[in-house]
Amino acid sequence: MSHTFFIAFSYILTALVVIGLILRAVIDHRIQVRALAELEARGIGRRSRRG
Amino acid sequence: MIRDLANPTRFMSLSGTLLPWVGGLAALLMAAGLSMVWFTAPADYQQGETVKIMYIHVPAAWLSLFFYMIMASSALGTLVWRHPLADVSQKAAAPIGAAFTLICLVTGSLWGKPMWGTYWQWDARLTSMLVMLLIYLGILALWRAIEEPNRAARAVSILTLVGAVNVPIVKFSVDWWNTLHQPASVFRLGGPTIHSSMLVPLLVMAAAFTLLGIALHLSGMRTEILRRRVRTLTILEAERLDAQAA
Repeated sequence: MSHTFFIAFSYILTALVVIGLILRAVIDHRIQVRALAELEARGIGRRSRRG
Repeated sequence: MIRDLANPTRFMSLSGTLLPWVGGLAALLMAAGLSMVWFTAPADYQQGETVKIMYIHVPAAWLSLFFYMIMASSALGTLVWRHPLADVSQKAAAPIGAAFTLICLVTGSLWGKPMWGTYWQWDARLTSMLVMLLIYLGILALWRAIEEPNRAARAVSILTLVGAVNVPIVKFSVDWWNTLHQPASVFRLGGPTIHSSMLVPLLVMAAAFTLLGIALHLSGMRTEILRRRVRTLTILEAERLDAQAA
């Protein structure tokens, strides 16, 4: 195999892992924001503990 | 400063302001670093163009140790000072550190094949780095195994501090043992041994990776704080439903 293969594979793999980390961060954040908004829409808030 | 950030609401506000700047700077530095690597950095006189793997392998190795040190100091924050954000920081750092350790191992292997004639050698540096990945995976598994966040944080903190023994072993393995892996050539007494035409792009890439890692860590911490709020409110809702049913 040529050296180009090893270089290209290294950069492609790194790009995929970094993109994966970024996507995971964005998607996970959105899921939590949505879940929090749904709970608050149902009237479940920290202040509701007192009531 | 650290005490001020103990308030998650204040942390969310400050990190929300910082995150776009850190992420944007990381993207700019990554673009600058990659253009230097591909258009100005020379080929090595022995390795040829394969040296380009160094510009991702070395920053990934640096971030692997960097995130372990973040986890170890956060573990102390959890066990000694009981800082409310320390375990949030620990939990957010683990997958990022594991991912960069994986990049380091795979790119090192892909660099090793054309240079050493083998993908893998059980030498001290490679083996200690593999142990580092296994510790990261163990920590990730432990976070998932214990549901209650405070109990999980204490268990993970102990494992993290025990695993911290491996950090100096990774760093100094090339000095303590005869290894196929080359000795340190950037962070060493006596200064770097790399020519500036390669050192500058390497440092730019290292800075870009570090800022990217910090941005991911801030983002991960913000998400973890939200996840805990969701968990608290879900428990609260269940308690309210139980009370209504009773």
